[in-house]
Amino acid sequence: MAAVRLLALTKDFDIGFWRRRPVAALRGVTLDVAPGEVLGYLGPNGAGKTTTMKLLVQLLFPTSGSAEILGRPAGDVAVRRRVGFLPEAPAFGDNLSAEALLIHYGRLFGFSAPDARRRAARLLDRVGIDAERRRPLRRCSRGMLQRVGVAQALLNDPEVVLLDEPLAGLDALGRRAVRSLLLALREEGRTVLLSSHILSDAEALCSRVAILARGRLAAAGRLADLGLEVRGWELVVAGVTPAQVAAIEPALERVTRAGDGRCVIALPRSRPPEPILAALIRGGARILALDPRHETLEEFFVRTVAGRDTEREAAG
Amino acid sequence: MRVITQLAWHAFRDAARGRVPYALLPFAVLLIGAAWLSGQLTAGQDVKIVKDLGLTAAALSGLFTAVVLGVGLLAGEVERRSVYTLLAKPVRRHEVVLGKYAGLVLALVVNVGVLAIVLYGVLAFVAVTESAEARRGWEAPAVDPALLQACFLILVQLMVVAAAALFFATFSSPALAAAMTLGLYVAGHFNADLRALEEVVGPGLTASLATGVSFVLPSLAPFNVTAEVVHAQPVPPGYVALTTAAGLLYVALFLGGAMLVFARRDLT
Repeated sequence: MAAVRLLALTKDFDIGFWRRRPVAALRGVTLDVAPGEVLGYLGPNGAGKTTTMKLLVQLLFPTSGSAEILGRPAGDVAVRRRVGFLPEAPAFGDNLSAEALLIHYGRLFGFSAPDARRRAARLLDRVGIDAERRRPLRRCSRGMLQRVGVAQALLNDPEVVLLDEPLAGLDALGRRAVRSLLLALREEGRTVLLSSHILSDAEALCSRVAILARGRLAAAGRLADLGLEVRGWELVVAGVTPAQVAAIEPALERVTRAGDGRCVIALPRSRPPEPILAALIRGGARILALDPRHETLEEFFVRTVAGRDTEREAAG
Repeated sequence: MRVITQLAWHAFRDAARGRVPYALLPFAVLLIGAAWLSGQLTAGQDVKIVKDLGLTAAALSGLFTAVVLGVGLLAGEVERRSVYTLLAKPVRRHEVVLGKYAGLVLALVVNVGVLAIVLYGVLAFVAVTESAEARRGWEAPAVDPALLQACFLILVQLMVVAAAALFFATFSSPALAAAMTLGLYVAGHFNADLRALEEVVGPGLTASLATGVSFVLPSLAPFNVTAEVVHAQPVPPGYVALTTAAGLLYVALFLGGAMLVFARRDLT
């Protein structure tokens, strides 16, 4: 049994004041998320990711098709006891503190007051909120609200976690805290549906991805198997001298000097990185990281989906 | 029931933490104080003026509390999107409506209760400071238990207004919901006039329309017994019971409508 199942899920929104007409936000999406799987739900802005998430917690009602979680209809209240949800850019009651909010939500799950308090404290520790936990949420930064959002999504030890852009709006420390939390969820065998428009997040966290474009499922599978083109390499080195950089300059796309004497060097796809690495190591530089630079999701859509549409129009 | 109680308690605490009670309660207390001062300027009428303005202050402060909180608790949460995480919890949408309404009623009880205590305090002060001769001229004692009847009916009226605010908040923006609720409050006080319009303008489309509208609008004037209480006219318990029953019927209709609309609303 799939932990999350979308069956020909379709959602139209009526727009216009006098003459209302339907605009398709999601068009017949069918997708299974296996138990224990961390699935990246990717797509550019406006692709239909948030619409899917809202349909899964019944903030929206489908025009046709259906959504199931743990074998039950998505709106089932009993199922929501086993699901955690983080909306995009979460917002909460202004007068509450993070601690009071989590205790309130804990009570809605039926936990006793001491249990709700204990869970709230543990989760706020886990997302790195310390002294600020008693501060009214209206005085909190976007990043802190995001962390509170992640904490409230995990309050009930959910079997299925739905996260809409969980790393958006976080600083480096916040990203690290939430990333390690998501990795821990993966280790614990929870099912996670993680929506993002940032490819690197999915690369780091997801076992499989589904890519959405213009409301349709464009591709699904392991990221490595989807045929995302490598556009070049990103090399991070330390201890490199200006002379060394000048010597290899023609082979480089871009050099950015970071702090602590580090350099971020962009290499084009046409030049294999090995000779450049060897030259830098010979000159005493330390290689800190070498990562492939994939095409962006937007470029992937333009190449695949838009290309397909053009072919269809030409055939029509 | 556990979920509704939790939501109600939370809504009440949220209302208490907000700015609305702190803005309106001092205003109402000040109005009651001003009533006492103006009473000093009118020989023999001071108690009536304190009672009249005191009850009006309670009704007005309660009205604005009911509208601002009633609209904010639902439409405000939908607009701010803070309702998203709440609805993802094991709660049903009708429980959210009922829980928030119960919390709002609790806030209104506190609001009217505090103002009633302040009003009785001012009236007791007037009774103690006035001469025996002046007291003999009063139609009713200063600390009149009948004031409680007026306060109770004000509370029932505010419960109707709060239910209407919540109903409008299920399908419109906070500003529009507030405007519609205030419009309903004003029109609801002229219900009898709408029904009697035919006697003034004669039979016709306008009169029929006014009569039709009067049957749709809740009639709010019967909840106001300030004049009767101030002038020591008796308010029979049967009248209070019947008016309360009508109020509860309005509340049930508005809340039923709110639950129906909110249950199927897409939260985009």
